[in-house]
Amino acid sequence: MRHSLVGLALLAAAGCARTVQVAPAPPAPPARDETIVLLPGPDGKVGSLTVTHEGQQQVLDVPYATARVQQPGTLEGGRLTAEQVQQRFQPALSAQPPRPVTFVLYFLDDSDEFTPLSKREIPKISAEIAGHPAPEVVVVGHTDRVGSLTYNDALSLRRAERVRTGFVQMGIPREQISVAGRGEREPIVPTEDEDGEPRNRRVEITVR
Amino acid sequence: MRYGFVGWVAVALLVTAGGIAVADEIGRVKVARGSVTIERTGRNLPATLGMTLQEGDVVVTGGDGSAGVTFNDDSLLSIGPDSTLAIDRFAFDTTTHAGRFDTSLRRGTLSAVSGKIARQSPDAMKVRTPSTILGVRGTEFVVHVAPVAP
Repeated sequence: MRHSLVGLALLAAAGCARTVQVAPAPPAPPARDETIVLLPGPDGKVGSLTVTHEGQQQVLDVPYATARVQQPGTLEGGRLTAEQVQQRFQPALSAQPPRPVTFVLYFLDDSDEFTPLSKREIPKISAEIAGHPAPEVVVVGHTDRVGSLTYNDALSLRRAERVRTGFVQMGIPREQISVAGRGEREPIVPTEDEDGEPRNRRVEITVR
Repeated sequence: MRYGFVGWVAVALLVTAGGIAVADEIGRVKVARGSVTIERTGRNLPATLGMTLQEGDVVVTGGDGSAGVTFNDDSLLSIGPDSTLAIDRFAFDTTTHAGRFDTSLRRGTLSAVSGKIARQSPDAMKVRTPSTILGVRGTEFVVHVAPVAP
């Protein structure tokens, strides 16, 4: 008991001494300046961002909401305008790569031939590829649920490869195109087995 | 007990092997303007259009530089001049879309559009600044780490 009292007294004295030394120091300049701004997507929708700083947390979930740290230990909220964001972040924003775009092409039953409607989509896809710097094309084939899993795995891959061949013939380097077949595993429209839902006979082509 | 241990070692080895396979090529440089350098295992490589990035790469821009990268999960990250962005971790399963994406903006400006990793599992994408950690839930944002006079 007596020991701990002595200990407390010493601690208190040490604390006092430290306070006295710190007091005359000039106000410290900002140790840092970090700003985070949530942006709306191209469709105007916003997601959310959780900003954590030294145990404090702030959730940004409205367009142009900001979180800022200037003094350690203080997380300030705020708001900028679209113009202010453009001004301050213009070089980073203009270096943003084009957004990946996904196209869906449909096939005739049990075949690697496109439906007539899908055939007409192809020029749009090649225009998109032409607009991307160092383009990559990811082609994923799918099937309906008629036939065995193994059969559909092969059919979906054949569909994807068919699309790659088409793009190569159009002059797109083969090494820019990757193919995969997912068989009947990822239907757009869920069905019973052996159902020939035409919307599931497709390839998804992502250009990025 | 001993089988259990051997089993765990086997699992760990498999996970490591998978990790390396995934980490090989995680994204591509789509925009490189002015001075842009990729720091990779102690070497400085000039960034070029179409160059592939690896886990652990650090993208550095000079006063006239800016750079944009598209990652395999369709995330888009770009930085402005005098910026340093470290790609600490990137793992993405193209079948399940599960993954992990950690980056650090050490200085400068960053613009980010999150991709399939953040869409699949909230909090799987994190951006660190010197003072903060950002948990990304399917969204777009910008970050500025301003230089502060010493």
